[in-house]
Amino acid sequence: MSNEEKNLQREEERKLQALLKREFPPLQNAKLPRDLWPQMLRRLDALSEPLRIPWFDWALAAAVAAALLLFPNAIPALLYQL
Amino acid sequence: MELLERFAAGDLEAFEALFRQHQNEVYRWTVRIVRDTGAAEDLTVETFWRIYRARQRFDPVAGNFRAWARRIATNAALDHLRHTRKETELSEDYPAAPKCDSAVRRELREHLRRAFLELPAKYRLVTTLALIEEEPYGEIAQAAGISAALVKVRVFRAVRMLRKKLSSLGLEAAAK
Repeated sequence: MSNEEKNLQREEERKLQALLKREFPPLQNAKLPRDLWPQMLRRLDALSEPLRIPWFDWALAAAVAAALLLFPNAIPALLYQL
Repeated sequence: MELLERFAAGDLEAFEALFRQHQNEVYRWTVRIVRDTGAAEDLTVETFWRIYRARQRFDPVAGNFRAWARRIATNAALDHLRHTRKETELSEDYPAAPKCDSAVRRELREHLRRAFLELPAKYRLVTTLALIEEEPYGEIAQAAGISAALVKVRVFRAVRMLRKKLSSLGLEAAAK
């Protein structure tokens, strides 16, 4: 790239930068409006909670297990559907 | 034991101390990239969440926590830009200063805004930090985990993309 092209490119960049800065003012001095630790703590608490399985899921699993025990011939059909 | 060592060992109090020390800086860095205060708050928490999960990979003796946190914050912000690129407008938390522009000028601004939002996330990241926030290329490179030369290339390409979009709309003359 020649010097002339480089200068042209730099000039183009400078003009676009001016337009962008006008449209999106720099935010160097942005300040956090509140302490985020309570939010962080909630997220950490969610991590330490054990996984809860609703009773309905247990009932459904038990029904499926009972059906398979009572009708073992249905197992291949079930596997085929999966 | 030092604070960083305690943090790396999983001490929650040490993590809280680091969180309180660095939350402002992480937020400020993030909001400058995503330009949305609500998203920046969520991303600050997400950043520290990632930090906490990766604590065992942090070297408390040789590691620089500030630089590490900034790198993770940049990645979180980049993920956010990728997911929201075509869905959302920029927040009005930081609107551009209203000016009594001519119709052409207003049209140019509108198209520039749209073209900027449509930039691929990795280009928008470097454009925002280099051209709007005027961060040195070296700082951007370190935060994004790429070389300064690649930052320069991405800025160059982003400028070209923006110019191309504006000129395709016949707005090149107005931009000059």
